[in-house]
Amino acid sequence: MPELTYIQAISDGLRQEMRRDQRVFLMGEDVGVYGGAFKVSLGFQEEFGPWRVIDTPLSETAIVGGATGAALMGMRPVAEMQFADFISCAWDHLVTVAAKQFFRGRTPVPIVVRLPSGGGFSGGPFHSQNPESSFAHIPGLKIVCPATPHDAKGLLASAIEDPNPVLYFEHKHLYRRIKGEVPEERYTVPFGQANVHREGEDAVVVTWGAMVHTATDAADELAKEGTEVEVLDLRTLIPWDREKVLESVRRTSKVLVLHEDTRTGGFGGEIAATIAEEAFEDLDAPVMRVAAPDTPVPFSPPLEKAFIPQAEDVLQALEELVAY
Amino acid sequence: MAVREAEPVGSLQEVKEAGLDREDLLGMYRAMLITRGIEERGHILYKQGKIPGSFYTGRGNEAAAVGVGSAMGPNDVGTPLHRDMGVHITRGVDPWRIFAQYMGREGGPTRGRDGNVHMAMPELGLHPMVSHLPAMLPVATGMALAFKIRNEKRVALGWFGEGAAARGDAHEAMNMAGVRQLPIVFVCDNNQWAYSTPTYLSFPVEHIADRAAAYGFDGVVVDGTDVLAVYREAKRAIEKAREGGGPTLLECLTLRMEGHAVHDDAFYVPKEMFEQWAAQDPIERFRSWLRDHAELTDEEDDEIASSVKRTLNSALEQADESPLPDPAGLEAGVYAAPEDLDTPHHK
Repeated sequence: MPELTYIQAISDGLRQEMRRDQRVFLMGEDVGVYGGAFKVSLGFQEEFGPWRVIDTPLSETAIVGGATGAALMGMRPVAEMQFADFISCAWDHLVTVAAKQFFRGRTPVPIVVRLPSGGGFSGGPFHSQNPESSFAHIPGLKIVCPATPHDAKGLLASAIEDPNPVLYFEHKHLYRRIKGEVPEERYTVPFGQANVHREGEDAVVVTWGAMVHTATDAADELAKEGTEVEVLDLRTLIPWDREKVLESVRRTSKVLVLHEDTRTGGFGGEIAATIAEEAFEDLDAPVMRVAAPDTPVPFSPPLEKAFIPQAEDVLQALEELVAY
Repeated sequence: MAVREAEPVGSLQEVKEAGLDREDLLGMYRAMLITRGIEERGHILYKQGKIPGSFYTGRGNEAAAVGVGSAMGPNDVGTPLHRDMGVHITRGVDPWRIFAQYMGREGGPTRGRDGNVHMAMPELGLHPMVSHLPAMLPVATGMALAFKIRNEKRVALGWFGEGAAARGDAHEAMNMAGVRQLPIVFVCDNNQWAYSTPTYLSFPVEHIADRAAAYGFDGVVVDGTDVLAVYREAKRAIEKAREGGGPTLLECLTLRMEGHAVHDDAFYVPKEMFEQWAAQDPIERFRSWLRDHAELTDEEDDEIASSVKRTLNSALEQADESPLPDPAGLEAGVYAAPEDLDTPHHK
């Protein structure tokens, strides 16, 4: 099985979907001739032509609104936001139109919006955000946050196949940093099924995206002291795998919820509340949360390091949790 | 590229050249009467407390809506708004569905999930509007993009008002459509008032259609109370788009003979304007034309009027028989399942 980087897995998956389904097309800023700001679609325009790999004006509203219209006409659009941060310009089209059209008119809107998200490279306040929690609050949208090359490809295939608007958060800091085995043939990773990324019985970290790797680093460090912590990768936030989370909580009795997004109103709060409602009696310690502080994402390296949860922050929290 | 101001339509001969026979004309007249009749009855239902929420009409906009709707081809699509009931009627929606929609019944196209004219029948090529105007313009642009990608000779129509023209969606949609020369017609119902805001506080040029030049396509201004002129100009724009000629911005100068919604008495509209509008009533105008040019007799007119009345009576009855939606089903319809894609427009 070939080993691919996370970004290669996304490209591979997208290319495969475009080859097998004529309805799938890509639109976005600089996705054609330039191959996308991060080169996900490098060489795509040569293979699929300028009407299936469409360079758009700088118009996020028209990109997402246009994708919705094309989907209503039977296409399977994949829209790229150059950075996840720019989705704010298309909020209305996701939240007001795409998310509600099926509920109102029974017309599915099968679109995928690809969102290069996350920080770790001094992108500053407008090129580093993780806005998944804002959209998790909107009924009608699905939210996908792959952490591994394998899931990046399989979840993209599922997202394109899904009859609903899907936000596909691809973490920029994983693009070329993370490698893994990825099957050459097409496969799907179903939504709503969390994955045990690292096994352990003493506590569980519930997380997603780049934080899966941060949590694993912390857990590996803690293992040197003989404590084994499970890392549970949610893979998708909407829908999210409540059953598997609750099962892990019941088994380990101690849970840390971790995300790169800011703390207040973050999706971690929803997970913690669900655990409190459903598994209170099984807990041996209060649910802990590690998340970014409630600030914009800062630019300067020491500030950004203080903002994004680091392995040492998670390690410290886990030590407290295990000792409780 | 200057904006073109369309001439009014004169003789029956001219209309025939535009492709309409007498039967078509009477069909359009009937559609205008049904449109107004539905909205007049909606008013009554609202006052009887049978319509929850608010209630909007397009009184004065019937010619603009019916004219454009009649010019659409069978496989064309569009996203009409709350002043465009005539488009739904022209495309063939059964009036009882509209009353059911008003009253929040299961039989309305949104099954009580949305109200007012926030409805459409996708099988008739129409897709329901949202309140955020003109959010449906980028959606219509995407529909046109799909046709262009697939090389289909179909056209998308996107409606907006002169008030909504101030929002960025209008710019992005028209710019992208212009860049890609998409098969789309942007229809502006300029009814002169955006709620209480007059045109001179909404935009600083004479016509919304003046903007077309900036997007590299044609702008046309037409008297929106002249159903035949609207039809002729819409038909030209639609067929031009179908043949690869790119977008057109068609501005219909029309009237809002009532307040923004039923709660609004429109005190801010000068009295003289209402008087002038009453004299320009598009239905009266078309009726006079039909009498003068197409031999519409009193008997025939009465017959059409009573057939419209019968249609609306039975529609109202049927709508009233439609049940209110069952709250138990509320959460079931948020996400689509794969089998929901098995519709004609997704194949």
